[in-house]
Amino acid sequence: MKLRLLALLAVLALLAAACSGGGGGGDTDADAGADAGAGDEAAEGEGETFVFGTSADPVVLDGALVSDGESLRAIDQMFEGLVTLAPGSTEVEPGLATEWEPNEDGTAYTFQLREGVTFHDGEPFNAEAVCANFDRWYNFDGSFQNPDATYYWQTVFGGFAENDPEVNPDLGESLYESCTVEGDTEVTINLTRPSASFIPALALTNFTIASPTALEEYGADEGEVNEDGVFVPTGTYGTEHPTGTGPFRFVEWQVGERLVMERNPDYWGEFPGNISTLIFQPVADNAARLQALQSGEISGYDLVEPVDFSTIDGDDQLQLLRRPAFNVAYLGFNQANPALADLNVRQAIAHAIDREAIVEGFYEGTGVVATQFMPPEVFGYSDDVPTYDYDPERARELLAEYGQPVSLRFAYPTDVTRPYLPDPQAVFEAMVSDLEEVGFTIEPLSAPWSPDYLGAVQTGQYDLYLLGWTGDIGDPDNFVGTFFQTPQAQWGFDNPELFAALDEAEAETDEDARTAAYEEINVQIMEFLPGLPFAHSEPALGFRADVEGYVPSPVTLEQFSSVTAGGA
Amino acid sequence: MLPYIARRLALVVPVLFVTSLVVFLFVRALPGGPAIALLGERATPEAIAAFERAQGLDRPLYAQYGSYLRNVLSGDLGVSTRSRQPVAEELLQRFPATVELTLAAILIAVLVGVPLGFVAAKRYQGPLDQASLVGSLIGISFPVFFLGLLLKYVFAIRLDWFPTTGRYDITSSLDTRTNFLVLDALLAGDGAALADVLLHLVLPAVALATIPLAIIARITRAATLDVLDEDYVRTARAKGLRGAIVDRRHVFANALLPVVTVVGLQTGLLLTGAVLTETVFSWNGVGSWIVEAISYRDYAVLQGGILFFVLVVVLVNLLVDISYAFLNPRIRFR
Repeated sequence: MKLRLLALLAVLALLAAACSGGGGGGDTDADAGADAGAGDEAAEGEGETFVFGTSADPVVLDGALVSDGESLRAIDQMFEGLVTLAPGSTEVEPGLATEWEPNEDGTAYTFQLREGVTFHDGEPFNAEAVCANFDRWYNFDGSFQNPDATYYWQTVFGGFAENDPEVNPDLGESLYESCTVEGDTEVTINLTRPSASFIPALALTNFTIASPTALEEYGADEGEVNEDGVFVPTGTYGTEHPTGTGPFRFVEWQVGERLVMERNPDYWGEFPGNISTLIFQPVADNAARLQALQSGEISGYDLVEPVDFSTIDGDDQLQLLRRPAFNVAYLGFNQANPALADLNVRQAIAHAIDREAIVEGFYEGTGVVATQFMPPEVFGYSDDVPTYDYDPERARELLAEYGQPVSLRFAYPTDVTRPYLPDPQAVFEAMVSDLEEVGFTIEPLSAPWSPDYLGAVQTGQYDLYLLGWTGDIGDPDNFVGTFFQTPQAQWGFDNPELFAALDEAEAETDEDARTAAYEEINVQIMEFLPGLPFAHSEPALGFRADVEGYVPSPVTLEQFSSVTAGGA
Repeated sequence: MLPYIARRLALVVPVLFVTSLVVFLFVRALPGGPAIALLGERATPEAIAAFERAQGLDRPLYAQYGSYLRNVLSGDLGVSTRSRQPVAEELLQRFPATVELTLAAILIAVLVGVPLGFVAAKRYQGPLDQASLVGSLIGISFPVFFLGLLLKYVFAIRLDWFPTTGRYDITSSLDTRTNFLVLDALLAGDGAALADVLLHLVLPAVALATIPLAIIARITRAATLDVLDEDYVRTARAKGLRGAIVDRRHVFANALLPVVTVVGLQTGLLLTGAVLTETVFSWNGVGSWIVEAISYRDYAVLQGGILFFVLVVVLVNLLVDISYAFLNPRIRFR
């Protein structure tokens, strides 16, 4: 009997072993182990090993091909762009370029490059490397022209050398025209038209400069199209060999376990912190991230849930860092509903809702009332917009002027907190009660955030909905341009005057004129009242109390090179 | 025996076929799609259309299913829409983590559950029996994710005995060659790493073990009670055998059959049911992978992962049936 049991166990063990064996993962794992050892040596030498809890793995460590926050966070540590942002602000600063100058009509920018900078693979950073990167992005073809692959290039530059309408019919003429090597440390980027948002956009992580040698050697753009027409990358650049110029360099990435980076000993710039090994550990569950911070397994994490603010604030082993507000939460109106196409009805809604009570009640002290569709940190913010103060009486009058009963399908997302919307259901309930108070009939609806709710909003299935936006760059076009530059099903209106004003403001190259244009547009928008912006909020990060030097940025461009840990 | 196994294996084919179809349709019936899940607030209708074209999702369903099936038959489970990596590779890389957690949990459940059930039956309706009954009720009805958070709060944060997340100290340099970390630590001959891996294993394994432990204890108890009433047990006692020998040779051995069934079925369930435990403990296994895939609407991962789970359950059940023959000589397979 015993022998038979043992035999059974042996069979089970063999089965298990067989399952682990295949897949060709053995080589990579062995490499990873050896590499990790190298990282630890540095840690033993000097400096701290710092573990940061992330919400997910990066998608791929190639800035040109990502748009998710966790990929960008990791790439920010290893890569740098021509320009960057001052820590904690949206002000553009020199990065790999020390200075830049536009030509007269704003269609070419000449950059002076920093000297003596090398990539992590030892190759020199120079004008040729800059042009190689721009030309790589500009010449992306096939699947690379998908919006999920090159979202930010398409947003900023609008098209490629040869647009493939089969892949993406939405592409237009590229803003980028060409790149000219003027000398080893001088490069000119030529544009097809003037664009004021070109320089701030270059601060995006997506336009950081990678080693052309590494891109080539590890097949960054190689792949094959499978039977279903799906592009499958075959290179190892973005998973095993990301190579930039940043303060940290890549060591290893074990998907689901850890992304390990180490201090770049040859870094050209300042490195005020004491981290020698930086590890990003994915911990998907929010409660689990907080517990890992409390137990000290991680030293910090992002996207603290507002309900946990008081827990972290009240623990003297921990600290809460607030990130400047760079978002807006709004109540969207869909004018496909004829009642909402009437300005009186929209104004009635605006006067009916007590925005101050909502911000005070449900934002845990992190929110301010919004008066327009962008936060005060962004230029073009106007102090002269109509504010629609809370006035239920006025709301009733306006509704009476419309003269018919108004019934609206109002939806909110479940299973989600967004930085700008910490408690969707509570905000929804407060708004419903405010609206019913003045005589609206509300059909309450809800759906899980993604993709259900977002899908329904974007296809215009609700009359009223809660949504918001977190900015990518410190440019008004990134807010009001995103919302209102083209007709969209979620808003359901066609306002050529507004669309034209936004087109014009986007193209304006004079900074003062541009600021004035957006100030006017913000007034115009709030008079038109396509929706009701109601809050800007400050998201927060949690850290162990002994962590210093982390500077939260409104656009989450945050460097670990300035962080000291371990009470040093 | 061999023809029986062959027949059972042949049955696996239609089971997998039907499952693949159901899963294929099910993931596409989920509202929304991968484009919106990936692009979030940034998905315009044009972007969604372009994405679906690129992923071949704009083709008719039967065409998509046809090529999916062809690919599966050639061992290709497709490519993850999020990571763009082959599903089969990710699956094989993560499966050892799930197996390790399951084996640890089932070990705890058996080592505690079987003796508990046996002793409870021997002390039928005594205080220990009552206590085990109440205990197993609690074990069955306690939500696993809440138990996980509670265990972490008490034993990791308050008492600081165990870690809260992951499978090993990620600041160490353990060579995760097989991804069975206990085995890896043993292969490396690294005592400290082994202790670290085992420490990480305790809380998730305990959380995962509660339900099977309760079920195993109750089945053992019921099976033992049945056997205790049998004539041959009375006969054995009457002929003067010592109590311990009667228990071992006649009671325990005969009570074992239903217990083995349950252990086998529970193992199959745990392999596929560690989803919540893996999520709460950031355990990098197949379960937490599938949960993430749901929120990304990663069709290929969902299809591949669930199909794989079905295969595992079917195979474990087959192993359980075969083990009957070893445990009970009266059973013959035809």
